[in-house]
Amino acid sequence: MKDMDEGYITEDGRKIGGVVMEMKNITLRFGGVVAIKDISFDIREGEVRAIIGPNGAGKSSMLNVISGFYVPQEGEVWFHGAARPKMRPYEVAQQGIARTFQNIALFEGMSVLDNVMTGRLTQMKAGLFSQAIWKGKAEAEETANREIAEKIIDFLEIQAIRKTPVGRLPYGLKKRVELARALAAEPKLLLLDEPMAGMNVEEKEDMSRFILDVNDEFGTTIALIEHDMGVVMDLSDRVVVMDYGKKIGDGTPDEVRNNQDVIDAYLGVAHD
Amino acid sequence: MPDQFYYAIEVTLNGLMAGVLYALVALGFVLIYKASGIFNYAQGVMALFAAMTLVGIMDGQVPFAHLINAMLGTHVQHFGWHVPALAAIVLTVGVMVALAWMVQRFVMRHLVNQDMIILFMATIGLAYFLEGLSDLMWGSEIKKLDIGLPQGGSFWIEDMTSSLGSDGFYGFFIDQLDIVAAVVAVLLVIGLMIFSNYTKEGRALRAVADDHQAALSVGISLNFIWVLVWSIAGFVALVAGIMWGTKSGVQFSLSLIALKALPVLMLGGFTSIPGAIVGGLIIGVGEKLFEFALGPMLGGATENWFAYVLALLFLVFRPQGLFGEKIIERV
Repeated sequence: MKDMDEGYITEDGRKIGGVVMEMKNITLRFGGVVAIKDISFDIREGEVRAIIGPNGAGKSSMLNVISGFYVPQEGEVWFHGAARPKMRPYEVAQQGIARTFQNIALFEGMSVLDNVMTGRLTQMKAGLFSQAIWKGKAEAEETANREIAEKIIDFLEIQAIRKTPVGRLPYGLKKRVELARALAAEPKLLLLDEPMAGMNVEEKEDMSRFILDVNDEFGTTIALIEHDMGVVMDLSDRVVVMDYGKKIGDGTPDEVRNNQDVIDAYLGVAHD
Repeated sequence: MPDQFYYAIEVTLNGLMAGVLYALVALGFVLIYKASGIFNYAQGVMALFAAMTLVGIMDGQVPFAHLINAMLGTHVQHFGWHVPALAAIVLTVGVMVALAWMVQRFVMRHLVNQDMIILFMATIGLAYFLEGLSDLMWGSEIKKLDIGLPQGGSFWIEDMTSSLGSDGFYGFFIDQLDIVAAVVAVLLVIGLMIFSNYTKEGRALRAVADDHQAALSVGISLNFIWVLVWSIAGFVALVAGIMWGTKSGVQFSLSLIALKALPVLMLGGFTSIPGAIVGGLIIGVGEKLFEFALGPMLGGATENWFAYVLALLFLVFRPQGLFGEKIIERV
């Protein structure tokens, strides 16, 4: 079992730490529709945590709760050992939780580099005047931020399109730029909403590799939603399975794969 | 050189100066449009409101005097003091910031993620509301605005150029106020360009214009950015209000200068700050020269329609304007 508080070492030698985020009895309703019903799970430092489930299971809603876009009616979100007060999405982002979106939300009119730089906004502290005259603190800060942005652009192999307006890029690259922008914030927790949706096999392989590399290289904690079961099982350390807003499974890919409820949910079960 | 040629130059120069004033108003439109994708119909009325407020504060007028008198039966009109121009401008900027906050709090905030047309309609409502508010606050009579800007023709330029033509030519007549307006407009544009391209707030502003959701996810507060944008638009409106108010008095028709800004925007493109300036200059020079050259033949008053006809031509042949972003729709 892997419920020891101080963490453990994975088979491939990555260090998984203690719990960074804990969802406690989350219930989310939209009018009469219960999107999430009393769900609890945790995310450990340095792990890749997947949330899977059939369409309409409430996965994206869950991610939106974590990133503050939705406020649950019941339950608490614990981050770094303290209950998080009700927050707006931009405040959550400032806490170090970055995210990508299912249908890509990029600044289409800006270049790739500018998009990635917006990910650094929360880190910029220099005053308006200093920035305007481009002296002192602002100059040093911009240089440092630029360096980080460039490093991430290199890492995700999008140097060639640095100056291209995002609107002109194909879908697969946009997804990668969105990941770059989220990474630029040097997040403590990275949320990926279907990072591989709509991609071909090759693009999926690239994206999987990037996700693993990010986790490996920067030690970033990642929570992701994915439909492709093969990908999920390969990528993640632990998996939460949702169905109709309820949690039906939680554990390592192997445990989940052999869970009867999960099999029923995915393959269907005869109602007799 | 014939005098006619010098007259043409003089007309051109005056056209340029008028163009700067058009550009000042257009600038306010472009700013809000770039930053929030909203075409702010209320920009002209904001200029009127700003100018009214400035005059009111300078003269020590009691705001809502009519309303107070009617309700309480008192007869207050003036506080009996006069505020120096600079202090009054600072106070007016404060009022415009407060207005920006109110627009954000009571209008924009409830319309996040709505269609552009809905936001546009909201600004029409805002325009009428502001029109009424400025009347109620400061009264509707025509007021004189004098914050000490130089006015009248520049004798220096006249003297320097009078020797150019024949005896009947008295040199170029150029209003000093227009020169001041030109300088202010240039400074304003430089400042705004630096702000939007080199500061964190500027970058956040462009981000918000592009995508609300994405902006939130990188830690940008929409509310803050909106207050900021409307404050800047208010400030630009104040500058435009001061220039136009000094030139032709602070009165209701000030809000109609917004209409003159529309052709400027169609020429320059809704998304380009330099476009607003160049568009303004082209219209300014164009309408003056057209009037000078062809006006007598067409019965005069061509200035009233020249700009709109020009804009119409642009709409047909180059709808994105001279500098606007090309409109491409992916299918």
